[in-house]
Amino acid sequence: MMSSSILNDVPSSWYLILSALLFTLGVVGFLIKRTLITVFMSIELMLNAVNLSFVTFAHEWHAVKGQIFVFFVMMVAAAEAAVGLAIIISIFRARATLNVDQIDLMKL
Amino acid sequence: MSLYLYLIPLLPFAGFLINGFLGSRLPKALVSTVALGFPLAALAVVVRAALLAWPGSSSVALPYVENFGGSWINAGALHIDFTFALDQLTLIMLLVITGVGFLIHLYSVGYMAHEESYWRYFAYLNLFLFFMTVLVLAENYLLMFVGWEGVGLASYLLIGFYLDKKSAADAGRKAFVVNRIGDFGFLLGMFLLLSQFGSLSFAKIGDALALNPAQHGGMLTAIALCLVVGAAGKSAQIPLYIWLPDAMEGPTPVSALIHAATMVTAGVYMISRTHGIFDRSPFALAVVAIIGAATAFFAATVGLVQTDIKRVLAYSTISQLGYMFLGCGVAAYSAAVFHLMTHAFFKALLFLAAGSVIHGLGGEQDLRKMGGLRKKLPVTFWTMTAGVFAIAGFFPFAGFFSKDAILYEAFQHGTFGKSLYFVGLVTALLTSFYMFRLWYLAFFGESRADSHDFESHGAAVHSRSDSKLVLEAEEPHHVHESPWIMLAPLVILAALSVAGGWIGIERFGSFLAPVVGPVVDPTLEPGGKMLDVTLSVIAVAVAILGWFVADLFYRRKNDRPAKLAAALPGAYNLLVKKYAIDELYNATIVRPILLGSRYILGGLGEGAIIRGSAWLLAGVTTLLGEWLRRWQSGNLRSYSAWLAAGAAVLLLFAASYYLGSNGMDIHINWAGR
Amino acid sequence: MDNIILTQILVTPLVGALLVALLPDRRKLSAGVALTFALLTFFFTLHLPAHFNPSVSGFQFVQDIPWISTPAIHYHVGVDGLSLWLVVLTGLLAPVGVLASWKTIQTRSKVFYSLFLVQQTAMLGVFVSLDLMLYYGFWELSLVPMAILIAMYARTSGGNEGPRAALRFFLYTFIPSAPLLVAILWLYAKTGTFDFQLLQGAIYYGRFSPETLCWVSVAFLIAFAVKVPVLGLHGWLPDVFSEAPVAMAMVVAGKLGLYSLIRFHVGLFPVQAHQAAPWLVALASIGVLYGACLALVQKDFWKLLAYGTISSLSFCTLGIYGFTVTGLDGGVFQTINEGVIGAAMFVLLGVLYDRFGTSQISSYGGLAKKAPSLATLFVLISLAFMGLPLLNGFVGEFLVLSSTFGGVSKGWAAAATVGVILSAAYLLTLIQKVFYGPASDMTLANPNPDLNGREKTILWPLALVMLAMGILPNLWLTGIESQSKSVIGWSNLKPFVVPDCIHQKCYITVSSQPSGGQK
Repeated sequence: MMSSSILNDVPSSWYLILSALLFTLGVVGFLIKRTLITVFMSIELMLNAVNLSFVTFAHEWHAVKGQIFVFFVMMVAAAEAAVGLAIIISIFRARATLNVDQIDLMKL
Repeated sequence: MSLYLYLIPLLPFAGFLINGFLGSRLPKALVSTVALGFPLAALAVVVRAALLAWPGSSSVALPYVENFGGSWINAGALHIDFTFALDQLTLIMLLVITGVGFLIHLYSVGYMAHEESYWRYFAYLNLFLFFMTVLVLAENYLLMFVGWEGVGLASYLLIGFYLDKKSAADAGRKAFVVNRIGDFGFLLGMFLLLSQFGSLSFAKIGDALALNPAQHGGMLTAIALCLVVGAAGKSAQIPLYIWLPDAMEGPTPVSALIHAATMVTAGVYMISRTHGIFDRSPFALAVVAIIGAATAFFAATVGLVQTDIKRVLAYSTISQLGYMFLGCGVAAYSAAVFHLMTHAFFKALLFLAAGSVIHGLGGEQDLRKMGGLRKKLPVTFWTMTAGVFAIAGFFPFAGFFSKDAILYEAFQHGTFGKSLYFVGLVTALLTSFYMFRLWYLAFFGESRADSHDFESHGAAVHSRSDSKLVLEAEEPHHVHESPWIMLAPLVILAALSVAGGWIGIERFGSFLAPVVGPVVDPTLEPGGKMLDVTLSVIAVAVAILGWFVADLFYRRKNDRPAKLAAALPGAYNLLVKKYAIDELYNATIVRPILLGSRYILGGLGEGAIIRGSAWLLAGVTTLLGEWLRRWQSGNLRSYSAWLAAGAAVLLLFAASYYLGSNGMDIHINWAGR
Repeated sequence: MDNIILTQILVTPLVGALLVALLPDRRKLSAGVALTFALLTFFFTLHLPAHFNPSVSGFQFVQDIPWISTPAIHYHVGVDGLSLWLVVLTGLLAPVGVLASWKTIQTRSKVFYSLFLVQQTAMLGVFVSLDLMLYYGFWELSLVPMAILIAMYARTSGGNEGPRAALRFFLYTFIPSAPLLVAILWLYAKTGTFDFQLLQGAIYYGRFSPETLCWVSVAFLIAFAVKVPVLGLHGWLPDVFSEAPVAMAMVVAGKLGLYSLIRFHVGLFPVQAHQAAPWLVALASIGVLYGACLALVQKDFWKLLAYGTISSLSFCTLGIYGFTVTGLDGGVFQTINEGVIGAAMFVLLGVLYDRFGTSQISSYGGLAKKAPSLATLFVLISLAFMGLPLLNGFVGEFLVLSSTFGGVSKGWAAAATVGVILSAAYLLTLIQKVFYGPASDMTLANPNPDLNGREKTILWPLALVMLAMGILPNLWLTGIESQSKSVIGWSNLKPFVVPDCIHQKCYITVSSQPSGGQK
């Protein structure tokens, strides 16, 4: 039983809808944006949206596991951001552009 | 008492091996010794066997069977052995083969003396002897077929002996391929024999036939006809005779041995050996007789106008083989074999004498350029005369007795036989005519040789088939008689041509009777003797007539031949062109096959359909690959789009599966608790 | 020794390949090592006929080791009368191939010889495998070195031709093997085993309905028929013969496909094979004529050999699908013949190509005077090819044709017999154009085109083998026949098989069950 009644008044579904919206925004941003950095930001947005839904369900089902999982996700996000930004920097050094459409050396 | 039959083929084979592998490094004398020694040894073995097995002596009973090496092929129901058998027929053939063969070997030592590949020639000649003896010694059809094809091989090698002459190589190939057409018939005959009798052994087939005396008709006729195709190929009968005239490209002794005395007689031998089946198939016999008579006449007509001395003899051989076929066709096998023997003598003689003439003239083979050789080549002349009289059928030469026997038997064979007799008689007339024509043109009258042939360095005579000219023509040439080593065989053969027939068909026939069945004896038939004498007289008269006409036309130079040719231009041209049979075969068989293969099979079949499918298969796969490749564009956004889409699809599947299986069990706290 | 001999035979070339791959890329070194291992393999294979017992039916020198548990693949190898001589033949052709390539392969010889040895293992594996999955592995493996070497050593100049030809060859022979894999897996799914003898038993005892078996057998048939090649599926052969190096081309056609047809098509699906037989007999008969006619008009001697080979191999197919003991004996014997004769012909044509650099027949002429040994061997081997008696080709052809004539179809047998005329025609034409007649310019230009010692060392033994097989065929036929009888003699097949019957004396030993174990 949670203590604050205010928290009980907001239905879980609203959190989930918010999470879904954020995730969708992240996906759309990932697909549409042309700058690598912006694509990365969209990825972070997706990850955080997922975090939100984890916490919601943890509250819903009174299971701590969900919140523990959030830690994992945040850790992965941080590591990924570090490595990814390093790659972006080296791409920029090599191609002098961060336009996603112009980084296509991997085609067959 | 062993007859050592296996030595008879193996000795020449040893000679072949030695000369073939070592001959190029051995001195010529040694090569000659090997080449002569082994056939002589084989001849000795044959003579010993003959003496031991002769009807009078009781040392060895014929047929004598020897199994050399046991089973050859053993597969399923097929059992063939390496079995040799000696009976009277084989004995006669062996005597002819080894005897005449040895004489020709002797002659060749002189004739080919200047030849570069001397050793190769004798190796091939010994190889030929090997195969020919295997052919006649074989006790089953398959072993006979070994010899059969083998002599074809030896013939191919020897016809094409002069390596740099394209015409010789062509002739060799033609001989082999046409022989193969005959072999096709032989093979079918063997397959039929196998399916009918279960065995290819002469003894077993003979036993099976004897067990069932009433068996005749269909299957046996089929077997016989297939074998006839084979025999026609080997013995140069219509329609497969076309290889023999071309085979004259080979050295002359080869023509004597292979294309006159021995190989071409293999067909006659085979038919005589198979007489048990032929006797039960009157149709097949009739076919043989018709082929024989037709070939005899046909070849004789072509021989009338030939200008190359060897071609005349070649067509003469075809014609005489026709007589032998005729003899077989009227079931007079002994007569046919008798003629085979005498023909071996005089035809070998004629060819060798022709070779002597050619040798003496430094390579000239054209009759129109010969003449007046009577004084210059006396021994050759007299021996050749004996041969000419023998082949024309004059009494008491050998040819008279044997040809007469065949014609008598034909006459006795009913109306059909009488018409065949008539054809044979006309052919005898023609034979006499063209042989005497040859005789006159070559030996009588003034020498028509181009004068420069005698003095120049042989540029003009290079086109001949004897390559020894290449060396001999280095010095000024004049007509000379051949060395003794070439003349001795001529003399011996001449003696045989004179006396060879004196044994008489009656004794000959009764000797062969255990093998080929009884011969009709004129003395035993009513009016037979009289008929026999009458027919003989007619035959001799016809021969004299032929001589007379030839004398008219050719003894002295005149224009009668030219006028006759001008009077009948159509017929003359037809004969000169040999009835255009080669061209006919070429147009109707050879060219269609070649063109059909190249364009229909090659262009249409291979090119379009089959290779197309190979290209198609590979092409489609490559195209598919190219098409799929475009998916890997390198474009990050397209990758991510596909990623998202794929993830969505998977999610959808998982969700529907999950929801479907569990029902809508998930409680989500919508707007409220 | 008996038990592990087959593994020894399989492993030796692999070890050799490894060694060649590790040693430096020097032509003589690679070739020498390859030769040593090839000869070693050959000597090992000779152990087999020396210790083979023809009176026992079934497989000998068997080794059965469970290898992978799921799916249940065993390392199951063994030989019987059918595969015995094929293994020896492969062993023989290994050193022949190395010697033939000695001077021809000048560049990247390390790759060549190691792949060559891998190919040997693959082929030997095909012949001895008794586990279907193991067999399939070797079967597909045998394609790989071939394709690579065609790509590397193609004769047609013009950059891309080699890889393209290799691709065509690979796809043409690989794609039909895909249904084969599916069929094998299907059989496994239904029976739980890949083992050849167990499957034989399962099919024999009616575990499957004939309709299902029909498709499975067709999958098997097509995969093998392409490798033979049977007429209609032979599109890959002429190109391969033109492009592949001699040592590889001599082993590509015939043996593998024919062996597989007998062992896995007729062996596993006798009833379906019998139903398909009329088609195959017809295709074989026509193939003899088709190949020979096309060989007659070729201007390129590799293509001539290709079509001649198609013609010759059709005799084998004819023998196999005649379903008579004699015919099967003949078919197997002719397969061995083809191996020997084909190899010799390849070496000969390879010599010509080496000396003169062209395969256009019209450029040649008058070679006999300058190259007498070559001419002699060429004529001898061609005579074997065209079936001259006393040489091996004749025995095989005669067995096949006589049994087809007597037991299958007179018409088709007669048609195939015409092939003997045509084979003489095209071979003698080749000989004549190359060796006889006036010397061509090209011939005159080359000072010494005759065979050298190494080439004679390959060719004369092969020629002697041909002679020996022709004169003493029983040495080989006894072994072969021990298996033919049991292939034909199944009761399952008895109502259909035309026994070697003549006048009620029939020759079939009918065994009431298939050889080997069954469940």
